[in-house]
Amino acid sequence: MTAILTPGTVAPDFSLPITPDKKLSLHELRGKPVILAFYPADWSPVCGDQMALYNEVLPEFKKFGAELVGISVDGAWCHTAYAKDHHLRFPLAADFEPKGAVSKAYGAYHQEAGFSERALFVIDKDGVITWSHLSPILVNPGADGILQALEELEKG
Amino acid sequence: MTKLSIAVSAQDHQQGNPDAPCTLVEYGDYQCPSCGHAYPIIKRVQKHFGKRLLFVFRNFPLTQMHPYAEPAAETAEFAGAHDKFWEMHDLLYENQDRLDDAMLFEQAQKLHLDLAELREALESKEFEPRVRADFSGGVRSGVNGTPTFFLNGQRHDGPYDFNSLVEAIDRVLE
Repeated sequence: MTAILTPGTVAPDFSLPITPDKKLSLHELRGKPVILAFYPADWSPVCGDQMALYNEVLPEFKKFGAELVGISVDGAWCHTAYAKDHHLRFPLAADFEPKGAVSKAYGAYHQEAGFSERALFVIDKDGVITWSHLSPILVNPGADGILQALEELEKG
Repeated sequence: MTKLSIAVSAQDHQQGNPDAPCTLVEYGDYQCPSCGHAYPIIKRVQKHFGKRLLFVFRNFPLTQMHPYAEPAAETAEFAGAHDKFWEMHDLLYENQDRLDDAMLFEQAQKLHLDLAELREALESKEFEPRVRADFSGGVRSGVNGTPTFFLNGQRHDGPYDFNSLVEAIDRVLE
């Protein structure tokens, strides 16, 4: 496993496509807590799907004013089809070209497999990582860690 | 290891011996095929352990993916308010392949529940808070998909075929 960026580190900025014709930059989300969820691939088996779970938990993330961004090396068209099929209500960023560059910057790239690790980051309103978590590829980490991190953030 | 954050209580739908040395909690979705697959396995596991096992079912509907998961969960809760939770729970899983609104009312009729009352309960979302409370508690406990099982409060991350569950429960009982 790789070493992911740890709390206290300034979150590396990025600008990635979230649709075939629209980009999202991390700095645009300054002022709010941000959850970055790196994951291996779109279209993993449905009922245990991490992104589908976060889609359901989204209202709880929103209570903290937090923005969620999913990131994988899938292309924008793939993300679009996947998001539409799963009725996802948050953006998926395509770390597609150069492949995995943003995942690598966060230490969340699985070199041999050629895709992102299952890594989570909670970033505060000033762009500093306050919590990070690396999960084995096959283990959906759930949302409890994220909610705890957002709670801590709110307490200050 | 991920732990159940909401302890099993009288508020829960329980089946089996309340004083059993092992409690199996399932977070499930009535429209989830994997939960449908687990349903007969759980029945076998319950039979296998008899008085040594308490089974608890909590709602974890993935509503964006499964459009009937929420009304099904609320229908089971409605049945529960009339002391027929488990009957409805079983009927929903046994007829899961044709789950839709009409099917919910059909099952309610089988159980001699008042259909007008059910319609009103679904429209007014009377049981939504209960289902949401189960869901939120599940999220806090690290439920990461459906079905998710907890054995005496510890999340069971392994497979849930009959033999694997029996082995896991035997370990808890040891």
